[in-house]
Amino acid sequence: MKTASLPYVEHHRESLDQGVHLRIEVDRAARAPITAFFVTAVFWLLLGSMLALVASIKLHTPGFLADAAWLTFGRVRPAHLDTVIYGWCSAACIGVGLWMTSRLCRAPIRHQRLLLGSALLWNIGNAMGLVGVLGGWSTSVEWLEYPPVAGLVLMAAFVPVMIEAVSMVRRRQPGHVYVSQWYILAAFFWFPWLYATAQVLLFWHPAPGPAQPAVNWWYAHNTLGLWFTPVGLASAYYFIPKVIGKPIHSYYLSMVGFWSLAFFYAWNGMHHLIGGPFPAWLISVSVVASLMMFVPVITVAVNHHLTMRGNFDALRWSPTLRFVVFAAMSYTVVSLQGSLTAIRSLNRLTHFTHYTVAHAHLGMYAFVTMMMFGAIYYIVPRLTGREWPSAAAIKAHFWLCGLGVILYWVGLSIGGFKQGLALLDESIPFMEVVKRTLPYLELRSWAGTMMTLGHIIFAWSLWRVLTRRTPATGKATLLAPQAAALT
Amino acid sequence: MNNFRIIFLGFILTFASAWVGLAMLPSRHFATLQPVPDATSGAELPPLLDPLAQRGARVYLANGCVYCHSQQVRTADAGSDIARGWGERRTVSRDYLRDQVAVMGTMRTGPDLSNIGVRNPSDSWHLLHLYNPRLTSPGSTMAPFPFLFEKVKAGPQPRADALSLPAEERIPGYEVIPTDDARALVAYLKSLRRSAYSLPEAPLPED
Repeated sequence: MKTASLPYVEHHRESLDQGVHLRIEVDRAARAPITAFFVTAVFWLLLGSMLALVASIKLHTPGFLADAAWLTFGRVRPAHLDTVIYGWCSAACIGVGLWMTSRLCRAPIRHQRLLLGSALLWNIGNAMGLVGVLGGWSTSVEWLEYPPVAGLVLMAAFVPVMIEAVSMVRRRQPGHVYVSQWYILAAFFWFPWLYATAQVLLFWHPAPGPAQPAVNWWYAHNTLGLWFTPVGLASAYYFIPKVIGKPIHSYYLSMVGFWSLAFFYAWNGMHHLIGGPFPAWLISVSVVASLMMFVPVITVAVNHHLTMRGNFDALRWSPTLRFVVFAAMSYTVVSLQGSLTAIRSLNRLTHFTHYTVAHAHLGMYAFVTMMMFGAIYYIVPRLTGREWPSAAAIKAHFWLCGLGVILYWVGLSIGGFKQGLALLDESIPFMEVVKRTLPYLELRSWAGTMMTLGHIIFAWSLWRVLTRRTPATGKATLLAPQAAALT
Repeated sequence: MNNFRIIFLGFILTFASAWVGLAMLPSRHFATLQPVPDATSGAELPPLLDPLAQRGARVYLANGCVYCHSQQVRTADAGSDIARGWGERRTVSRDYLRDQVAVMGTMRTGPDLSNIGVRNPSDSWHLLHLYNPRLTSPGSTMAPFPFLFEKVKAGPQPRADALSLPAEERIPGYEVIPTDDARALVAYLKSLRRSAYSLPEAPLPED
């Protein structure tokens, strides 16, 4: 396809000598701020995983760590959610998004100090939020539990990110605008808009009580849809062609995928409130928009699959590709599952159950988090000039987290399904419903332990790289060097 | 598509449409909703919370009760809420008019609390249940809240507000008494009585 190869040619023109120098310059300029975002993100990932484990264990063993107010379930659970959403995922997305923008615009990052300040402020905001939630100042608004003052700090921290993104776009070298750039730039504007709207309508100038859940779920669903998803998909569009050395299959499909996502995803969210006291149109519009998500999801899945076709062998040796392809496939599954769950008849069964929690982890973990792992495996050696310490560690990380999240999702989905069936049958006493979920909640704690072990291994690898205890770049740490040599 | 201005305009228009539709419109839609007078007493419905219950609502938020307990009763076609006795009528938007934060919830690890004040109006039951849910509800997985209680040295006379714990839970020489936060939380829970009154758009079933 002639048209399809165009972006590739533009995109890979940098393989010329001049391109190599520019790439080195771009990575050098990105080094301090992007590393700062990644390192602190991994710190929050570890802390957030510990909070998750504590919360998970409490759900089947309620006496566990029950004496202290700050460790009660209702504080630890939101502390887990917010630290992994803002401390880990968002910081990783800022780092990955800025780095890709810099590479794709061929414009080195200019405001290093400003961005370092932003990273510092982002962490201060998260620390304030964590102390607030554990200390008893949680707002109890899902996904927005941090006290509003911490939200203010997070918003201030995001301003330099937007400034740098616009600055790089304005300095971009002439040529094609690759699809990853649209996604990232859009996400960098949608997220603050979403977040500020939610803060104003829920805390500063609160909407009437009955309207609050609508604003809440519009925010929560679209933080995934219009912030994490675009950066995640931008990464898939960037790293799959990069690693296999082949252009994205179709430029037109990528356009359709982007604009249909922009149009339909923003109208999602109200399907979390099915059955609740809201106007019928409000909920129906989100159910329809949810189903329309089939368009961008299938478009993107087909495009990525056709790009990968004939190159699946590369999964054997490339750490980045393994994580990215796992994440991209999870995106397809979680999105189709989400669309179906929005249908009223299925939602009747899954609403108010652990099924939704399993679904959320398929999205935020199997898709977003695994995508960020893959991106970080690619980017960090280029920022630091150091290779990863061990292929075995990367493999262990992949299998612990990959199998862990599959076990989590499958187990808790079944548990949630059974819980939903039992809840609908009023002849089953409530305590019996609780009892039926217990084995699945215990299984979830084991799955979470696997994932946490994976994170510890990942953090160890990153630590070795940053303390310069690993070889200088040259011979990449591949998962199966022999296989790589053959391709 | 190489013109960033047009692409950028697209970002704004797609997002702004949903921003108006799903954030601004619902906020305006409910802005005109008002309390209604009760047909017999003339008092405003839903009733205002007294100051102790208002403080209790903050304890409810601070300790994340919403992560396991919903506060919404759906019609019979949506679920078994009414059949389970969680309420006699569905809850409607007016029911949440007094809430600083509307905690409708999205999870039912525990039962719905829309009408817990109707179902169980006993102070001593709620206090004992909060101190250790398994004392009143065997098999419960609810978090205990011992930090809402104080251990005080027992005096010559037993204190009126001391929890009446079963023998194996007692600490010799000490009594367990609720803190102000525990009392406030119980006052709030007891105020959750949405089936105690009819609203024009959601009348109680006549029987």
